[in-house]
Amino acid sequence: MHNSKSYKISFIILIVILLSCFFINISLGSVNIPLKDIVNSLFGGETSLKPWEHIVINYRLPKALTAIIVGSGLGISGLLMQTLFRNPLAGPFVLGISSGASLGVALVILGSGIFGGFTTLMLASKWSIIIAASLGSFLVLLAVLMVSLKVRDTMVLLIIGLMFASITASIVSILSYFGTAEQLQQYVFWGFGSLGNLAWDDLSVLFVIYILGIILSVFSIKSLNTLLLGENYAKSLGLNIKQSQLLIIITTSILAGVITAFTGPIAFIGLAIPHITRQVFNTANHKVLLPAVFLFGAIVMLICDSIAQLPTSDLTLPINAITAIVGAPVVVWLLIRKRSMMF
Amino acid sequence: MIKQEQHPILKTSNLAIGYASKKEDTIIASNINIELNQGELVGLIGANGVGKSTLLRTLTKVQDALHGNIFINNHNISDLSALHLSKVMSLVLTETMASKNLSVYELILLGRQPYTNWIGSFSKQDIEIANKAIQQVKITDLKEKKCFELSDGQLQKAMIARALAQDTDLIILDEPTTHLDMYHKAYILKLLQKLAKDTHKTILFSSHEIDLAIQLCDKLIVMTDNKVVYNTPKQLIKDGVFETLFPKDLITFDETTGSFRVKSD
Repeated sequence: MHNSKSYKISFIILIVILLSCFFINISLGSVNIPLKDIVNSLFGGETSLKPWEHIVINYRLPKALTAIIVGSGLGISGLLMQTLFRNPLAGPFVLGISSGASLGVALVILGSGIFGGFTTLMLASKWSIIIAASLGSFLVLLAVLMVSLKVRDTMVLLIIGLMFASITASIVSILSYFGTAEQLQQYVFWGFGSLGNLAWDDLSVLFVIYILGIILSVFSIKSLNTLLLGENYAKSLGLNIKQSQLLIIITTSILAGVITAFTGPIAFIGLAIPHITRQVFNTANHKVLLPAVFLFGAIVMLICDSIAQLPTSDLTLPINAITAIVGAPVVVWLLIRKRSMMF
Repeated sequence: MIKQEQHPILKTSNLAIGYASKKEDTIIASNINIELNQGELVGLIGANGVGKSTLLRTLTKVQDALHGNIFINNHNISDLSALHLSKVMSLVLTETMASKNLSVYELILLGRQPYTNWIGSFSKQDIEIANKAIQQVKITDLKEKKCFELSDGQLQKAMIARALAQDTDLIILDEPTTHLDMYHKAYILKLLQKLAKDTHKTILFSSHEIDLAIQLCDKLIVMTDNKVVYNTPKQLIKDGVFETLFPKDLITFDETTGSFRVKSD
């Protein structure tokens, strides 16, 4: 729209920051690899030590790419939720999508002990976890959508999301009671969130579904902008409300669901990133916000991941802890500064 | 320009409005026959709870008519798609927009949504029409403001500009003067009168400002418990319709001034 020139500069700056964060993220880790060797291994040159190339290509590079996918995907799904539910507090985490995914995963990992079957003695496979998490998040979003068609008050939706989180927590604790120690550990580790567990072939699956979600989100832009006026105005502008709602819900559940499935529930990114973005890009136009949220999400996630791996030490903190430590103060700061949250 | 044959922009025939249920229909008003022509400013007045909102909701296809038909540009609205309807009828509702983070310019450009492509790109023509709407409502100085920074009167003007940008033959406003002070009530209605004259759009609004409506409107739809009357203000005064509008214990209609007076004891 107007003053698109100043946006262009902001976008260029953000892209430069993103690339810098990407390289910084790759160059940091438990093993200290000189920058020259990092560049060489990325661009197919010779590295001083053979293992270094392996670390960069097979561990750090997929992890950095996962961070970009997770940050941008969750940020965009948060943006979609905030506009759809006309609520600045909406996000994949708040509305219970992550709870749904957790429940699905808990049923698969822990439930195998109760329900028996051939997986009793085995730990749940990676793919069954991924499918369970996707299904769980999709079902919750569908439930939220159905409720949203019944009740006008969006506050009710948030409360229902919270209630769903409690139900999930209690079911999980019941399941844990019957689960074995190994199963329990597997579930808890999934709940920490992790960007580093994805090998190239996992990443390619995540990437394909993520791209599908991104394409769908681009197709939602017009509906999202129209929905800024509220449903009645949107309808008077010829928008098919039901169809748009469905498109946005499906887009969110694909993005948030698949990311949660692969990396575990990652808190606060979906809620905080759209608000940070609105501070910089002073517009409500989703054609600007969507790519901006994409960039901000990717940048913040790369930074969080860099912090999580505690440079120069062997320890890696759960990514979920870092995103909450970064995200929650941002939300508090926004609330105090603006005294209200907009979407 | 060749003058087109005049046809009513909005026309109802034997329209009955109300709420349908399985057992029986609750009829709020029936036998509504109105014909709004091009460039007319028409006010819809009546006491609280008489069914003004129901009538507007029915005319705008938010709810179905119980009987009868509604025609816009000779098309029965039950045959029109939401998109087609959005190109012939724009609305200003009592509710404000969901996001007040929109700038006035963004808000008004959204009026062009029915004409944009899949991603909502605005063409040069869209931007021209939006800018023209901004000029017509005289809010050029507010263009870059955010909607949460506006006063109620400014917001109402922005919403009217948005409806203008939608470029429809008919604009329907639901109580556009509520929350406004006396000056801004007169200002908004006067603006609507000017817009109807200048843009040749048909403007229908509901209002409780009966004396202003009498002065400014070309025609009035007066809803009472018993019937719906449609005529010019002058004729309605002559027919004594306004006396039937409210219970007679508190206020009476003064024909010479065209306004209501509190009864002196």
